[in-house]
Amino acid sequence: MSEALRVKTMEEFVAQGKRPEILFWVGSAGSYDDRAKKISRAFVKILNKANVEFAVLGPEESCTGDVAKRAGNEFLFQMQAMMNIEVLNGYEIERIVTCDPHSFNTLKNEYPSLGGNYEVVHHSQYIKELMDNGRLSVEGQVYRGKKITFHDPCYLGRANKVYDAPRDLLKKTNAQFIEMKRHKRNALCCGAGGAQMFKEPEKGDMDINVLRTKEALETSPNIIATGCPYCNTMMTDGIKAHEKEDSVTVLDIAELIANSI
Amino acid sequence: MEILPNILFAVALVIGIGFFAGNIKKLIRNIKLGKEVEIDDSPTKRFKNMAMIALGQSKMVVRPIAGLMHIIVYVGFIIINIEVLEIIIDGLFGTHRIFASLGVFYDFLIASFEILALLVIIAVLIFWIRRNVIRLQRFIKPEMKGWPKTDANWILYIEFILMALFLTMNATDAKLQQLGALHYQEAGTFTISQFLLPLFDTMSIQTLIFIERTAWWLHILGILFFLNYLYYSKHLHILLAFPNTYYGKLKPQGQFENLGSVTKEVKLMLDPNADPFAAPADDAPPPEKFGASDVMDLTRVQLLNAYTCTECGRCTSECPANQTGKKLSPRKIMMDTRDRLEEVGKNIDGNKGEFKADGKQLLDDYITREELWACTTCNACVEACPVSIDPLSIIMSMRQYLVMEQSAAPTELNNMMSNIENNGAPWPYNQMDRLNWVNE
Repeated sequence: MSEALRVKTMEEFVAQGKRPEILFWVGSAGSYDDRAKKISRAFVKILNKANVEFAVLGPEESCTGDVAKRAGNEFLFQMQAMMNIEVLNGYEIERIVTCDPHSFNTLKNEYPSLGGNYEVVHHSQYIKELMDNGRLSVEGQVYRGKKITFHDPCYLGRANKVYDAPRDLLKKTNAQFIEMKRHKRNALCCGAGGAQMFKEPEKGDMDINVLRTKEALETSPNIIATGCPYCNTMMTDGIKAHEKEDSVTVLDIAELIANSI
Repeated sequence: MEILPNILFAVALVIGIGFFAGNIKKLIRNIKLGKEVEIDDSPTKRFKNMAMIALGQSKMVVRPIAGLMHIIVYVGFIIINIEVLEIIIDGLFGTHRIFASLGVFYDFLIASFEILALLVIIAVLIFWIRRNVIRLQRFIKPEMKGWPKTDANWILYIEFILMALFLTMNATDAKLQQLGALHYQEAGTFTISQFLLPLFDTMSIQTLIFIERTAWWLHILGILFFLNYLYYSKHLHILLAFPNTYYGKLKPQGQFENLGSVTKEVKLMLDPNADPFAAPADDAPPPEKFGASDVMDLTRVQLLNAYTCTECGRCTSECPANQTGKKLSPRKIMMDTRDRLEEVGKNIDGNKGEFKADGKQLLDDYITREELWACTTCNACVEACPVSIDPLSIIMSMRQYLVMEQSAAPTELNNMMSNIENNGAPWPYNQMDRLNWVNE
């Protein structure tokens, strides 16, 4: 993606005396991880296309603390949460969108009792909203005839019961959508949750992501779609383990839509 | 002489129910060893969950075969227990089939009890075959060796015997009715046990009465035995499923509790006016322990969860770590918690109501660190549980203890956490570079 993206920080909005429609919480993965950065860029392309006045926090954003909390470090989590809440409340943020289901879950569910009350949506929900309001339309030619399956991120699906928004978006691409045997509330984890992303797995006979990719490959897809930067990494690694990287790609919903508009 | 059986019956009833009540008292005491939890949200929603999940078995049918069989046994036992009411009245007052005066309705009741009894026998046989012949994966995992396996089979044997006794009792009664024996007035429609009649064709009235009375007595004594067996068995779920589904989590599954004790400390740290070197006030309570290393550190709901677990293993069979050969089994987490809680309870019983340190704890002596660190917090176990048990919350409490009290996280996680502390991201990147992705 070479076209310039229009991204303004909250600080710039305040300097101009304006307020954004929504805050885009980029998250640590979306900011630093090479693969996830492409998802952030794809999502911004969508926001730009729909002329959404959105802001980011930039250097004022810090890790939500989700991964520290799941690792058992409640202390570090609450420190992070309270610092972030101070920034968010200082800017009187009301609405937040994020591409990371872990940030989504933590901001939406775990920040309120610490003083951070916001309406938080996942980018799949937000893109759907833009379409429903007529602000974004999809041509849907790029993926016509392709087979796509969807891997439910645990923290979007089971944890928060968001199953339909990503599927509705996938259907807009006009690709052939195939469910895996285990999906929605029965979906198998990609293996990254609970801080596993940052450590080697315990001894076993298989890695979880290899098992999950095997299930995805059983649908013989061209594309495995997901809605989480961590799932994306795990599934991409899984494809490599099955030596299918030439025929199958792992893409985020935001990328699929960004390529379809 | 005539009232001797009635007295014996009353004594058996009092002993049976008394012993059971004693165990329930112990159970409640043990659960109260856990920390109190505030439940101040919607009782309506909670009652609805109880009605749907426990009474309505809504999560059992997620697996249709096991679900259907289970509903048969469950409905069978609830309905057939109406018969127990009659047995108790008859036993205490020396009557015989006191409800017979209900006439046609009584015929209907007995007929439906009999059909259910047969269905229960069939379901129990299928359950037994699934466990012992087909040997379904989830029934033969390592934690199911020894007592858990024996326990599961015993429950099936007891249920089979109780139903067989019930049908024998009815069959001989029907025969005695046909023969016009004294006290055996015509009552009831014996839809199933009529097929057993040929077995008793050549027997005298005396032998028949002996068999009928023996079956009757064994049936009620068996029920009293079974009632008392519950406390020592996974079968306790038939009672505890109700409170447990009531106390089940209402919040989104992804929402983990924020520890109040930590909030206090963090607020103090972030308060610019607080003196970090101030000595705590003399009357200040000792600082709370973070997380859990033993059962007393868990909440009452977590302990109730442990007693409710019926070891069906649906959680373990859905667990991604377990499916890929890791040691973690959410069912084992629950079984270990109950075993340790029972051990603590017995310790208290043996030391005049006071717990004497026994050099053991839930962590390491029961649940290993390897199990705890294998969890992906994906909530598959929570979703799978048919009675709203949350094994994940215990795993999290124990991780909290490991990290906050022992600084015993795996090295890679310690690196990740120091990155967050230093530069606000789990990776070692400069916070000022957070927007670089825009122009890359």
